[in-house]
Amino acid sequence: MTGKRVCIYLMAGPDTPALAEAAALSGADMLEIGFPFSDPLADGPVVRRAAERALALGMRTAACLRCLAEVRARVSVPLIPMTYASILEAYGYGRFVEDAGRAGATSLIVADLPTDARPDVRRVQLVAPTTPPERIRMAAEWTDGWLYLVSVTGPTGARSVLSGQLPALAERARMETDLPLLAGFGISTPHQAAAAASLTDGIVVGSMAIHIAAQSGPAGLRRFVSSLRRAVDDVAVHAMGER
Amino acid sequence: VNGERSGYYGEFGGAYVPETLVPALAQLERGWEQLRNDPSYLEPLQWLQRTYAGRPTPLYRAERLPGAKRRRIYLKREDLCHTGAHKINNALGQALLAVRLGKTRIVAETGAGQHGVAAATVCARFGLRCDVYMGEEDMRRQRSNVARMALLGAEVRPVRFGTRTLKEATSEAIRDWLANVETTHYLIGSAVGPHPYPRIVHDLQSVIGREARAQILESEGRLPDAVVACVGGGSNAIGIFSAFIDDPHVDLIGVEAEGAASLVRGRPAILHGSRSSVLADEDGQILSTHSISAGLDYPGVGPEHAHLRDSGRARYVTATDDDAAAAFRLLAEREGIIPALEPSHALAHALELDAEVVLVCLSGRGDKDLAIVLERSGAEATLAT
Repeated sequence: MTGKRVCIYLMAGPDTPALAEAAALSGADMLEIGFPFSDPLADGPVVRRAAERALALGMRTAACLRCLAEVRARVSVPLIPMTYASILEAYGYGRFVEDAGRAGATSLIVADLPTDARPDVRRVQLVAPTTPPERIRMAAEWTDGWLYLVSVTGPTGARSVLSGQLPALAERARMETDLPLLAGFGISTPHQAAAAASLTDGIVVGSMAIHIAAQSGPAGLRRFVSSLRRAVDDVAVHAMGER
Repeated sequence: VNGERSGYYGEFGGAYVPETLVPALAQLERGWEQLRNDPSYLEPLQWLQRTYAGRPTPLYRAERLPGAKRRRIYLKREDLCHTGAHKINNALGQALLAVRLGKTRIVAETGAGQHGVAAATVCARFGLRCDVYMGEEDMRRQRSNVARMALLGAEVRPVRFGTRTLKEATSEAIRDWLANVETTHYLIGSAVGPHPYPRIVHDLQSVIGREARAQILESEGRLPDAVVACVGGGSNAIGIFSAFIDDPHVDLIGVEAEGAASLVRGRPAILHGSRSSVLADEDGQILSTHSISAGLDYPGVGPEHAHLRDSGRARYVTATDDDAAAAFRLLAEREGIIPALEPSHALAHALELDAEVVLVCLSGRGDKDLAIVLERSGAEATLAT
């Protein structure tokens, strides 16, 4: 156990069970499964287009829950649906949590619910470079197991360089909590993954994983996740050596 | 009208946004609470309303419309505002607010282009950088407003995905704000969006209702039987309704486009940061809409309207593209006023009302819509031959 985690985001769809299996076999510790929404405010073009494709293929809530169960049949890692409040509003918040749990979900992320909205819905909380210390503390108190560090102010999507805002955010979050901190938004290459993991307890990669899965299927995704895994493990080994 | 939870109107409203935006919304709320009654904010605003925007706008009795003998129709002439619509009321107020908050850049969305033009105008006036997101389909049908925005120094950024209309333009403007929230103020154009935006837009548009109430009392010596306004996001409607909400005998009527009737046919859903009555399917996915009028072509509506509907204080009806086009022509031919297609929906309904004194919010002028109406009548003429 290295302590550094790799979390991969995949959009729910017909190919997702095979892709999820490839990601888990090549070293993903955790998977986020996107439940598509027509108007995803927190997402950049890659995830937005993936959501449009998924909806065109009929990936409504019930189909996404079936997809989640099919993924669960193939992998044993934690599975986290990531979606938007309108989906939960329509399905019923409590009913969604229950049915997703039954399908194999271990937690939940809702991109457009601020920390203090719907405290009845236990979920992984997100904090951003703009988040003040008192809200980081509140998020840490209410979050489900780990804290999601939004590395950049902005929507999801690959960036050419790792956000300069992450070091300060990681440091501020570390002052408020001992929970694992995973950095996401704008992390797409092994190099960026290593740099982010050196500041945190792990990384989340979404847009690039979706892009590679669409381009070259499970085999391509396997190579990509392996490269992230190696980059992140090297950081962990290096950190142990220094100790 | 506010419910017990702050930022809610009954069960509608709230702030459904990524955590990243929460501090900016809190800053906006604090700033607005401080400034909304502060003379150092209100005096320059009122001076600009008077000397720059052309307020107060007149109240005009349309005596040559059909049925004018038994029904007295008054038009609140927001079409005479600088830039040609009520949108300038909100844009001026928010630009002054942005300057006080230390922001140097404005991002906005626009449908018909009226809000985009108002935003570009106030940015030119205050020396702010301005970027306006507009759907490609709307850029095509509202070409003259695109040219006006460019002339005023704004950058119009085309949105080329999804519906290519106001819904997607709004999403892109919010994503831009998300990425530039430290320097940028999001100048939302209607009474929609996360708290405190519906409140800010309500306050800034309430000048329409305050003036109209005083003007109709002066002309008629009494309140109107009905107040009629078109509803897309609902800013001109909330502006004029606001002065009559506590007068239970005044019938408040919002008129939606038949193909975009969020209040008449919507369900509770979350769009662009608030919970409201939205055209959505049973899974909470937002539906696409159709209207001849780009400004009404939007699947959501301000949360306060959803609450006014449910509380029974206001009622909401629809008008078709044909109804609106007919009212557009009628007002031009009988009164010499070319209205925008948006308030033509309100006028169409007002002409059918069985009431003695009717106040209609004529929220904008129709220059921008000439091509659409002429193209439409050209098509009719071809069919007739």
